[in-house]
Amino acid sequence: MDPYVLSTIWAIIIAFSIIMYVVLDGFVLGMGILFPFAPDEEARDVMMNTGAPIWDGNETWLVLAGTALLGAFPLVYTVILPALYIGVFLMVAGLIFRGVAFELRFKAHRSRPLWNVAFAGGSMVAAFAQGAVVGAYILGFETESSTFSGGPFDWLTPFTVMTGLGMMAGLALLGVTWVIMKTEGPVQEWAYRVAPRLLVGVLVVFAIVSLWTPYVDPEVWERWFSHIRVIWILPAMALFCAALLLWALRARRELIPFLATLGMFFFTYLGLLVSRWPYVVPPNYTLWDAAAAPESQLFLLIGTLFVLPIILGYTSWAYWVFRGKVRPGEGYH
Amino acid sequence: MELDPLILSRIQFAFVVAFHAIFPAFSIGISVFVALLQGLFVATGNPAWERLSMFWTKVFAVVFGMGVVSGIVMAFQFGTNWSNFSQATANFFGPMLSYEVLTAFFLEAGFLGVLLFGRDRVSPGVHLFAALMVASGTLISSFWILAGNSWMHTPAGVEVRDGVYHVTSWLDAIFNPSFPYRLAHMVLASFLAGGFVVAGVSAWYLIRGHDVQANRKALSMTLWLLLIAAPAQAVIGDFHGLNTLEHQPGKIAAIEGIWETESSVPLLVFAIPDQENQTNRFEIGIPKLASLILTHDPDGELPGLDEIPRVEQPPVWFTFYGFRIMVGLGILMILFAAAGLALRPGGRLYTNRAFLQGLRLMSVTPFIALLAGWITTETGRAPWVVQGMMTQSEGLTPSLTGGMALFTLIGYMTVYAMVFWAGIYYLTRVVRKGMEADTSETDESHRPMRPMSASRVSFDDDDTAPGRT
Ligand code: HDD
Ligand code: HEM
Ligand code: HEM
Repeated sequence: MDPYVLSTIWAIIIAFSIIMYVVLDGFVLGMGILFPFAPDEEARDVMMNTGAPIWDGNETWLVLAGTALLGAFPLVYTVILPALYIGVFLMVAGLIFRGVAFELRFKAHRSRPLWNVAFAGGSMVAAFAQGAVVGAYILGFETESSTFSGGPFDWLTPFTVMTGLGMMAGLALLGVTWVIMKTEGPVQEWAYRVAPRLLVGVLVVFAIVSLWTPYVDPEVWERWFSHIRVIWILPAMALFCAALLLWALRARRELIPFLATLGMFFFTYLGLLVSRWPYVVPPNYTLWDAAAAPESQLFLLIGTLFVLPIILGYTSWAYWVFRGKVRPGEGYH
Repeated sequence: MELDPLILSRIQFAFVVAFHAIFPAFSIGISVFVALLQGLFVATGNPAWERLSMFWTKVFAVVFGMGVVSGIVMAFQFGTNWSNFSQATANFFGPMLSYEVLTAFFLEAGFLGVLLFGRDRVSPGVHLFAALMVASGTLISSFWILAGNSWMHTPAGVEVRDGVYHVTSWLDAIFNPSFPYRLAHMVLASFLAGGFVVAGVSAWYLIRGHDVQANRKALSMTLWLLLIAAPAQAVIGDFHGLNTLEHQPGKIAAIEGIWETESSVPLLVFAIPDQENQTNRFEIGIPKLASLILTHDPDGELPGLDEIPRVEQPPVWFTFYGFRIMVGLGILMILFAAAGLALRPGGRLYTNRAFLQGLRLMSVTPFIALLAGWITTETGRAPWVVQGMMTQSEGLTPSLTGGMALFTLIGYMTVYAMVFWAGIYYLTRVVRKGMEADTSETDESHRPMRPMSASRVSFDDDDTAPGRT
């Protein structure tokens, strides 16, 4: 197979695993971010119960994205991970606390407040770190002969703090619309109240980042303001989804808010990808510079194409088994 | 003092992988055991098997959860601390790790829910299928990760072009010379870990008189398994050693504490290696035995550390003692399995308190042996990260500073200390609470489909006295 085509297929597969991770684990992290603001302990129980059956499988998409990058575009893996060294540690530590809290909070009585902190804190740190990764990616990485050559805190700038906070707000919005879909009664009521405020927050960050990005990188400016005008359709679609969300919240719809938020994520993500395409380690390396040997990409592709549909089968099945509303007092104690 | 990122990264890698390795090894052993119990239940319909399978599923759930959270760390270690190594070997390593995720992790995640919570929702046959899938997932996972690890010890099927490894033969690279031995040895180590924990817990329940009927069945069955697995481990270990002599003679020299190439080498039972002066102190050895074992000739010649330049010698102290701890415990395991056989007549096996207490203590030994084994094999490879091809310092991330490495090392240690405490604490409560703790509880709806929540034992309540029958 043509190496060019092979790399493109891999880029699509990896982009797919990343967005799967972002939205699937995203709404779970979002619930963690909202945890301290939930009206009462019962609401927290219900929220956790909605995520409990599936969070574990969701996290596996992150592991897949990581290892597939090593397999298909090693340069991305070996430049970005050292560049984000401290950030990666924070994210992983956050995920560990979040995961363990998921498991042990329900069994705890006296120590439950502690597990609440672990759950909320872990989710917040992980979400912030993920947002900062996106920001650092937009800014690009200092490299020298295919290795990262910058400092340990290069990734921490006002811009990445902004994207980190933006990610927290975005995931919280995803979480809250998930809660609307999966619950009823007072918990759902609360979620309806919180959602519009979060939406405003997200739109503000969205606007700032959109204006700021072309400014930090002239190449992106070029692309957005002179070359291909059609790409304006992406932010337009994202904004359309935001409007849809606002309408659906007013109309008390249950499913559409979540779908509309997914849409916002999806179009923003596509917007980010086209701003950079084909640079995967900005500003210097393209997809093809970063690619692994074609025989390795092919060896891995054969199995992936065979197994990935089966995996998608499991995932949908798990969601199907646990469909429907979660009520207070349900679940395990 | 200048902080050395290399040393700190090595300590960090050894720490996180050793922490992680304990749980997968345990998971492999217990998941296979659960599948076996479920199979016996389906075949015989005896409820005692089901009771056992329910209890051990609960334990499995906790251990598996700990494996997952610590595994996430491993997926990023190669990039954060060993980026040059990753960059060079990605053509081989990337596919190995990715296949592990695709064929093992997702398989485990997919069927875990049915295994943990589907008992009332699906037929025993489907439930057995789920148990088999989860067990296969853990075994498939060891296949890929050990293919990767073995290749670092005995690289094959690759050629280096411009500093990058290209795979010339996938079969040679995956089934590299040390892989079959390492896979068999590790899988058996996992079975021993599962087996000795089950035996230890059953013995403890028998001492307390808790669910005697089921626990006798469990103890008897496990001791039969251990009677096969423990000696088999020694045999495979021996073959593994012969293979290592062929491919990594320096490691054998460190394991045996041989400083100068010589013939009729004694087997050192004890010694204090002195790397500074390139000699041993306080040697206690059995004449000619090492030559006999490794060359099948009492006067055979074995290579010594003097054949390797000093800077390329492994840290002998770790390799030497790691090996002795592992083998010592392995022999102890064989003795216990044999004692189990000797006590069978008249069922003294179930009543001999000294034996039962001993088994209780034995449940930690496989984990110690396992870590000692890894320390032996990994330190014996030093200073190479890919034997003979790439050194540890060449593999290190160039931008990594000592301060960064120290920060994350302390960070991981702190996080793991907290998580480990919580997990082990909860696990001991599950075991304390006993087998019947929640068979009586008929909870209307257990939705969760994920590790640990399969067991409904309180994390910090005080009602932990085991139910007595
Ligand atoms: C002999 C077996 C073995 C060994 C040596 C290792 N692992 Fe492991 N690993 C497993 C056997 C396993 C497992 C039994 O399959 C686990 C335990 C829990 C699970 O989900 O799978 C697992 C979990 C697990 C996970 C989490 C998967 C998930 O989210 O479900 C990751 C990312 C890794 N491992 C990665 C590694 C890496 C990079 C290793 C190399 C140093 C490593 N493991 C050593
Ligand atoms: C699962 C149990 C394992 C344990 C307990 C273990 C233990 C160790 C120890 C003690 C070291 C330090 C060696 C030294 O400093 O000289 C080390 C290093 C290392 N091991 Fe392992 N190891 C395990 C599995 C693996 C696996 C499965 C891989 C690869 C996939 C691996 C790859 C490495 C690497 C890359 C290093 C760092 C470079 C080096 O110091 O040699 N290890 N490990
Ligand atoms: C009793 C006799 C045993 C012998 C002769 C033996 C032999 C060996 C040898 C020679 C190695 C080093 C392989 C290398 O050169 O790379 C090794 C590694 C190892 N051993 Fe053992 N072993 C024994 C028992 C055990 C037991 C009881 C366990 C655990 C329950 C265990 C777990 C391991 C592990 C995890 C490794 C590292 C992985 C590997 O290289 O296979 N061994 N063993």
